[in-house]
Amino acid sequence: MNITRRQLLILLPAAAIAWEHILAGTPEASPNYNMTDHWWGMLMDITRCIGCGSCVRACQLENQVPDGYFRTWVERYHVTDWEVEYPKVDSPDGGKGGFPTAKEDGGKNFFVPKLCNHCADSPCTQVCPVGATFVSPDGVVLVDQKYCLGCRYCVQACPYGCRFINPKTETANKCTLCYHRITKGLTTACCEVCPTGTRQLADLKNPNDPIHEFLRTHSVQVLKPHLATRAKVFYYGLDGSVR
Amino acid sequence: MQIPVEGFMYPNEVELQWSVLIVLYPFLTGLVAGAFILASLERVFQVEAVKPTYRLALLTALAFLMVAPLPLQLHLGHPERSFEMYLTPHGSSAMAMFGFVYLWYLLGVLVLEIWLDYRRDIVVMSQSNTGWKRLFYRALTLGSNNISERSLHIDERVGWLITVIGIPSAFLLHGYVGFIFGSIKANPWWSSPLMPVVFIFSAMVSGIAIVMLLYMLMCWLRREAIDMRCVDTVAKYLFYTFIIDFSLEMLDLIHRIYEADESFRSLDFMVHTRLYLSQVVIQIFLGTVAPIGLLALTQVLKLTDLRRKRIYVIAGCLTLIGIFAMRWNVVIGGQLFSKSFLGYTTYKMGFVAREGLLTAIVLTILPFVILWVLLKLLPPWPEKHSVATSAAASAD
Amino acid sequence: MAAVFLVGVVAFVVLRTSFVPRSFGQYGHYRGKAIAEIAALPISYAGHQVCEGCHTDVLDVKSKGVHKGVACESCHGPLAKHADDPASVQPAKLDTAKLCVRCHEANIAKPKNFPQVVAEEHSGGTACNTCHQPHSPAMAAGGSQ
Repeated sequence: MNITRRQLLILLPAAAIAWEHILAGTPEASPNYNMTDHWWGMLMDITRCIGCGSCVRACQLENQVPDGYFRTWVERYHVTDWEVEYPKVDSPDGGKGGFPTAKEDGGKNFFVPKLCNHCADSPCTQVCPVGATFVSPDGVVLVDQKYCLGCRYCVQACPYGCRFINPKTETANKCTLCYHRITKGLTTACCEVCPTGTRQLADLKNPNDPIHEFLRTHSVQVLKPHLATRAKVFYYGLDGSVR
Repeated sequence: MQIPVEGFMYPNEVELQWSVLIVLYPFLTGLVAGAFILASLERVFQVEAVKPTYRLALLTALAFLMVAPLPLQLHLGHPERSFEMYLTPHGSSAMAMFGFVYLWYLLGVLVLEIWLDYRRDIVVMSQSNTGWKRLFYRALTLGSNNISERSLHIDERVGWLITVIGIPSAFLLHGYVGFIFGSIKANPWWSSPLMPVVFIFSAMVSGIAIVMLLYMLMCWLRREAIDMRCVDTVAKYLFYTFIIDFSLEMLDLIHRIYEADESFRSLDFMVHTRLYLSQVVIQIFLGTVAPIGLLALTQVLKLTDLRRKRIYVIAGCLTLIGIFAMRWNVVIGGQLFSKSFLGYTTYKMGFVAREGLLTAIVLTILPFVILWVLLKLLPPWPEKHSVATSAAASAD
Repeated sequence: MAAVFLVGVVAFVVLRTSFVPRSFGQYGHYRGKAIAEIAALPISYAGHQVCEGCHTDVLDVKSKGVHKGVACESCHGPLAKHADDPASVQPAKLDTAKLCVRCHEANIAKPKNFPQVVAEEHSGGTACNTCHQPHSPAMAAGGSQ
């Protein structure tokens, strides 16, 4: 068969594109994982948190979180008596190295771990101008690192302060609920290392998940309910002073 | 670089997200929208008196519009991906409409209107010039050399229609910026239905002020007498618009103080401390009350031409400073306090940095350089020699 | 002028289809492929079930003590690499003097019923595993060395 120069000129670029597609392939996903079977959330039992910071360290190691930025962090609250609107809060380096010793001071003190709430009505995905951040079909709010422009609108729109711009990639970054782990049957890094069982991953679509029983028998709260974000991180024992 | 924090801030909030460049962007598009509205006063609302500023206002709007995307591009983490806003704009995001509104306003309104208004002059200049200038003007004619009465009449009618469409387009160009801030429920300093309206009216104030100042400057440079009737009318519109703008901002303030919701204490403290200079001193007193007072004097008292000119210059300059301060207070102010309402951070502005002060200064000067070029290429006022050349052309 | 506009609009529509990523819109207003990309990120923590698969002896001790709910990697750090190829990666020896106080140093904000001590007064800087067996630390239960 004789190939003319003109045919070659058309065939070669087409072949190159096709070859590139073959080489790129599609990343391997867990074969048994079906997105529509899951609706992820988390249960946070404040009454157990000891502020050890294991979750913050584990998250940083698992997800290569740059220093100075946090996908999860722990806050310590001090509430004096009835002045619930004016607590004293601190979070030294996000609680990564634990908290300095504090002595008895006559008030109420406790720790509150925080992370992305993976809101079902997420205000951050609403404002993304190009569709680089989104709620996945299984309820996890994710950021497409290859598509994000770094305009920072989503960081402004998040009421909980859980987003940041990664200085290396110049794109928006936040807790992914360890999506790369939970889709393989593992739990998140923070839940894995939490020594007291404060943090528990929850699959709201799984009828056997213990969260359903917990929600039926305990009073739970979400952060900033007045903003109607339909947050999916449920706190048990959350004091009214928590911002 | 350690950023000093007072009180408590969520760890990711300490560093500001939107810099001085994002303060500059609404300032620039505000000037565009305001200048255009002034131009439309003559074209659509038949305010004869301001005709001398018509072409200048359009060219000013164009110069600033050309520079407007630059602060945004410099701010993005990935400016090379900014075309994605054209490919996959997200319908629920106010920012996504930027690309389309900008392109529409630039090409469909401003460039088209300028072209139609200048068409006759462009054709004349393409025939009277030589060398590269001749080629340039010929290209601008887009192949049409028809400057008959009928053709010019069509130009005028289409131009009028475009101005009519241009007014809501100008409101959209700057109003959407106000909506970008006003629709963020997470930030109580921004979240308000008044935000787009306040942005539009402050834009009109700044646009009218800058055209007024530029007109007076151009007359002085060209050693022409300032048309006092024109400047008096422009100043009058500036005064009225300012009253509305001030009322809106006071309404927002009074409402906040009265309702005193959960964010109030934190915001109030911020305005009294970190934002005191830029908000109370510069924006409110120097930038709003002072110019309104000065302009009121010219409306109420009978003053000499010279006195009025001096007051207009001072009021105009103070206005521009005040409107810039307003943008600063909205953008930077909205990021200085914590969403926990328990703390404050500091804005560390670099100087020679991608998003630093030097960049902002350069981007502010650039539109004036572009305007200077535009004024040379498309002179707004009939020059004396063009009478001779058109006489020579008709003699051929 | 009109011709210029028309050409521009047509060119835009045509170019757009070639530039928009293929998987965009698959599940919603985003690149569908991004989900698989994120799911394919590397794992650092193996998870305690993996550790317990080999280290059954430790599991026997731990499951009877108060640390039964504490994951292995909570103290030993991320060891997915070790789980993949045990011989190649040796987990680091832990310094209990620094490790244990992270959780057990007394702090007013910790729950009252959580075992906590002021380390200075309790041990004066001695390593905790001098007296406590980390996998089953309670002294009364006979877990000490």
